[in-house]
Amino acid sequence: MTELTHHEGDTPFVAKRDWTRSAFNILVWGGLAVLLVWSWYPAEMDRWTYLFTDAGNMAEYASGFLSPSFSDLDYYLREMVLTVQIAVWGTALAVVLSVPFGILSSNNMAPWWIVQPVRRLMDAFRAINEIVFAVLFVVAVGLGPFAGVMALFVHTTGVLAKLFSEAVEAIDPRPVEGIRATGATKIQEIVYGVIPQVLPLWMSFSLYRFESNVRSATVLGLVGAGGIGQVLFESIRGFYYAETATLLIVIVITVTIVDLISQQLRRMVI
Amino acid sequence: MPAVSVDRLSKHFGGRHALKSVNLSIGEGEMVALIGASGSGKSTLIRHIAGLERADAGSGAARIFDRAIQENGRLATDARALRREVGVIFQQFNLVSRLPVIVNVLVGLLGRIPVWRGTLGLFTREEKQLARAALTRVGVGELAWQRASTLSGGQQQRAAIARALVQRARLLLADEPIASLDPASARRVMDTLATVCREDGITVIVSLHQVEYARLYCPRTIALRDGTVVFDGPSSALTNAFLTELYGEASEELILPDAPLTEPARVRAEPVILAGAAVAPA
Repeated sequence: MTELTHHEGDTPFVAKRDWTRSAFNILVWGGLAVLLVWSWYPAEMDRWTYLFTDAGNMAEYASGFLSPSFSDLDYYLREMVLTVQIAVWGTALAVVLSVPFGILSSNNMAPWWIVQPVRRLMDAFRAINEIVFAVLFVVAVGLGPFAGVMALFVHTTGVLAKLFSEAVEAIDPRPVEGIRATGATKIQEIVYGVIPQVLPLWMSFSLYRFESNVRSATVLGLVGAGGIGQVLFESIRGFYYAETATLLIVIVITVTIVDLISQQLRRMVI
Repeated sequence: MPAVSVDRLSKHFGGRHALKSVNLSIGEGEMVALIGASGSGKSTLIRHIAGLERADAGSGAARIFDRAIQENGRLATDARALRREVGVIFQQFNLVSRLPVIVNVLVGLLGRIPVWRGTLGLFTREEKQLARAALTRVGVGELAWQRASTLSGGQQQRAAIARALVQRARLLLADEPIASLDPASARRVMDTLATVCREDGITVIVSLHQVEYARLYCPRTIALRDGTVVFDGPSSALTNAFLTELYGEASEELILPDAPLTEPARVRAEPVILAGAAVAPA
């Protein structure tokens, strides 16, 4: 567009129309600038100079990466496996519950007086971060991995139910009608008409959430909900740079491997 | 006892009057064609008889074997039980494309076997043999374990007829079953419909776009125009001249210019209908 306005052959009409466009642009960009200035001090952005004056601390971390300590490696690996195990159960429970919740929050499957309440409940599950749920569940079931599983489970149910219902709303209704015409029950319509259509998408969504949950699970330990996050938090607090570096390396490699495997699986189901 | 009786059925879609107080009665074992230009209400009527669509409140009833499937704009409480008696075949086949053909056919049993068994997909060996036999009968037995999406249109349509057979439907409603098929597949599908009507005594109502197929396969034709029955009688009475009288310009849509089927001599003898069409007398 901008290139066009600067073109020599432009008529005054084009220039005039561009005025309203640029007025709109000024409004958008000006609004963004105001937003950034307004948030500057509350976000303590004025401390940016510390990035350089206190860069020594960062350098120490960085040098820790150059000399990571592998003395406790098998302990870290055990914690990492535990973290993945937390993600496995959190995701599995969420997938199971997202099937009914996803169908009940689809406009083409349930009446509005069911869809709306279920959707609002899923909104709430989704709006609250895993860490917040983890804190709540630590209070309810005590410190440890189970609180982490529950936190992932509730939050992921909110996310997956929404994704599942979007897939259900996009199905071809005609095969479902064909099954209804044989005298099948509503549940049978879903089993034979809806699920086969959405299954590849559902599997793909579930695998993607498993990837995300492995990532999320690495920080659940910060609030005492089990996994490698707890070890990480302790070593950061204790200024054990070499150990912290080792933990970060373990996390990066694990998350990468999980992502690669899950991507491969997703490509297979779609 | 009529297989189907429709009594003062009316339907509005928004402001459009799709069915205008339609009355008709079809006896058991008949094979009846439903013809009309697109938008004349053929599909709407079939969907109402199958109980897939509800008529306007205050309008009449659709009855299947003397039991109302809908009345006064409300579905009967036993609509699900009644649908068991009715097989529906759609233009777009309506098979579940990711499931094997045989599972699509076994779906026809859902209304007759215990709900828990159907829901879990636990079909007995006999039931699978029944489905396999039905597929063989319509000529696609060897494709039983392929995904439905890998079949051609005509094969899918015949698998849909197999589903109705397994369902032990006494009434078969076919909504434009051959509209998206090539002539050879269309003939095989119509042959199959005629066979199940003749051999199993299943009542068949088939909506068609082309009057040639009605004349060839169905003794009786009901013609619709703008949601009204304009003709109900022997298909042989539906000469091209009479169609022109019924539909005017729109009749061209109902007659295949390259009519592959019946009495080519007569089609050629009536050049009025073919005016402007591609086929000239040889």
